[in-house]
Amino acid sequence: MSVRCDELAYRLAEVADGSHTLPLAHQRHVSQCLRCQAELVQYRKLLRAMRALRTEVLEPAPGLVSDVLAHIEAVGERTAIRSLITNHRAAYLGGLAAATAAGAAGAILVASRKSRGRVRLAS
Amino acid sequence: MSPGPTPSTDDTSPSGGVDELAALAIAARDGDRDAFEELVRRTTNSTYTLALRLTNNEEDARDVVQETYLRAYRGLKNYRGDAAFTTWLYRICANCSSTFLTTRGRHRHSDFADVERQSEASELKDQVADALAELPPRLRAVIVLRDVYDLPHDAIAAELGISVSAAKVRLHRARHKLRTQIFPELDEIDVRAM
Repeated sequence: MSVRCDELAYRLAEVADGSHTLPLAHQRHVSQCLRCQAELVQYRKLLRAMRALRTEVLEPAPGLVSDVLAHIEAVGERTAIRSLITNHRAAYLGGLAAATAAGAAGAILVASRKSRGRVRLAS
Repeated sequence: MSPGPTPSTDDTSPSGGVDELAALAIAARDGDRDAFEELVRRTTNSTYTLALRLTNNEEDARDVVQETYLRAYRGLKNYRGDAAFTTWLYRICANCSSTFLTTRGRHRHSDFADVERQSEASELKDQVADALAELPPRLRAVIVLRDVYDLPHDAIAAELGISVSAAKVRLHRARHKLRTQIFPELDEIDVRAM
């Protein structure tokens, strides 16, 4: 294989798929080199065959659609249960915090009333 | 294992149904559950085909398809309708396959290649399908996504978690391997004689 063929080896597939245009000197080489021409033809055939695979659809064994939908349903339910538990936990903690705050407020109120009573007695 | 290739019967064929799929996807995104189910029905076979070509194993392909639709369902809110729905779905499928093959980390027996080989690979297309199945998964993923499904280099790189230049190098290697496998005679020619 000549040096020029080596240089082109990387580019011929790109020429075949239309993503690369060879510079003039390389084009001249290809027009005179049977090996590069053959390689180019082979890449074109290969790419055409691969594009043809795009239109083929392979049939899965029956039940895939229902499996997919059931999977999404199951994961959705798990997420819903998890969020329900999280919500319950948040509500419980919220209630606990509210009760604590109410208790503290009550204690402050009682304490302030007591101290006010003591002031009146003293006067 | 699948009985083999059949003519395209779903709406992902280039001939039609693309607008309908986009409309269904937008309806599904806006909360229409029936639209999502219809989308799954219409696209399952083509998604499965891609998953099977990437994983080379029927059981793995089914797992990849399930994960693909779960991610699609969760990600529908991000679907803007500016790209074809199938392209969007194929990108998810490519990403799922890549993750699946990486995390599984072992090479399963390829029943796809075996079944394909049972029939005489008389046509070039069959030979290509066989040769694709025999490529290493990292090379196969790139060439299938680029040359069969026409995904752009940057999308392939993004979904496989590699750089664009790495994707191009892998594509070149895959094409070269495929060509020399299908047309071995050219490399045996004594070029000095030419």
